[in-house]
Amino acid sequence: MLDLRLYMAQRLSALVMGPLVLGHIAVMIYAIQGGLSTAEILGRTQGSLLWFLFYGTFVVAVSVHAAIGLRVIAHEWLRLRGVALVALTWGIFGALLALGLSAVFAVTLP
Amino acid sequence: MKQPARSHPLWFAFVLHRVSGLALALFLPAHFWLLSQAISAPARLDGFLAFAENPLVKIAEFGLVFLLAVHMFGGLRLMALEFLPWSDRQKTLAAGAVGAALFLSGTFFLRAI
Amino acid sequence: MTRSSEMLHVTVQRGTAQDPRKQRFDVPARENQTVLDVVSWIQQEVDPTLSYRFACRVGMCGSCAMMVNGVPRWTCRTHVSRVAESGQLDIAPLRNLPVIKDLATDMDPFFDKWVAAEGRHHPTRGRLEEFDPIKPDDPNRVEANLGIECINCGICYAACDTVAGNPDYLGPAALQRAWTLLNDSRDADRSGILAAVSGKGGCHNCHSMGSCAQYCPNGLNPMRAIAGLKRETVKAALRWKRDA
Repeated sequence: MLDLRLYMAQRLSALVMGPLVLGHIAVMIYAIQGGLSTAEILGRTQGSLLWFLFYGTFVVAVSVHAAIGLRVIAHEWLRLRGVALVALTWGIFGALLALGLSAVFAVTLP
Repeated sequence: MKQPARSHPLWFAFVLHRVSGLALALFLPAHFWLLSQAISAPARLDGFLAFAENPLVKIAEFGLVFLLAVHMFGGLRLMALEFLPWSDRQKTLAAGAVGAALFLSGTFFLRAI
Repeated sequence: MTRSSEMLHVTVQRGTAQDPRKQRFDVPARENQTVLDVVSWIQQEVDPTLSYRFACRVGMCGSCAMMVNGVPRWTCRTHVSRVAESGQLDIAPLRNLPVIKDLATDMDPFFDKWVAAEGRHHPTRGRLEEFDPIKPDDPNRVEANLGIECINCGICYAACDTVAGNPDYLGPAALQRAWTLLNDSRDADRSGILAAVSGKGGCHNCHSMGSCAQYCPNGLNPMRAIAGLKRETVKAALRWKRDA
């Protein structure tokens, strides 16, 4: 189900996400104390090019990574194959990318 | 309980990696959708954040942070297995990944409550 | 001491894949007894129509592997005392392979995948030429050494959940064979091997769950060999991109 190309996309996106996940967890540990509010989140992220790049990269990488991962699970556990499997992979990639980027835009656009 | 056939530490590490990845992928759309409401419907996001003060939601959040951390550390182990010189200590490394994930998610939980 | 009064409670999968059924047998327990002894006792004393496969009985030929209490094992070297759970034995044909009858599986898919993984020697020289000397401590030779004691028993193939979920997957044994050839300076088709293990069913489907290494009766580690293949295919792809 995974040829060399998909495998490399899977590992490359994972490699990109390694430091991003660590950063994300660090922010969560920092920000969770005393509860969260929309104003607090926006105060940190709104108008920040750095956070836009951080979470923009994260969303692109996770869309690739999750689409390929779910493709493998759909094949091995649900026996999905052929065109349906390709459609599922691209569908998950597109949906996650659209949803994720709209979230990134919502919290970082000035 | 009777152990399932073929169960051994690295097989459990595989199942944990797969289940955590699946759970995170299913969680992501909700996560993205809620955050995208920050400008258009801030009341909805704030409503959810208030709901997240519920102790049961805190425990669920702890679970999510654990899944994220264990998927990352487990994935780093797999990439080290594939791209670095072979190490026979895979079971130790897999246990270490779970330990590190528990440490990070535990720190998060103690700060959250 | 022979505990002739004690009996083992054995269930054996009978019939073909279309019509499998479990049959119960009570087999006298002996102090020294392998799982293959139990199967042979049933065939010789109770039901001569029981089909199963074995040859050497000393762990060399790789033909007697079966599922024993859900775990793939070489039955000729597996003592009942080590695997029976309170006198119960559940014996079934090897997992992930079509059943011919009773405990005999069709090994064709297993060996077809050896061929598909280019698991055969591609000679560099003719018989009249001098051969390429390989030093025993050469790093490639040392790496190949780790995989060449495979007896083709199919236990890793039966243990692998990736094979179970993905019928195209070449499996641990065939990929390990490809890895030993890739480390053999007398093999001429390095790029052919790398291409053969990079397809839809290739080495990149492995999830490193390590059931192959866990259950290999000879203590080999196909997971390590497959990791080597992943590394070499990625290296070759990056090199090809740079040169293009």
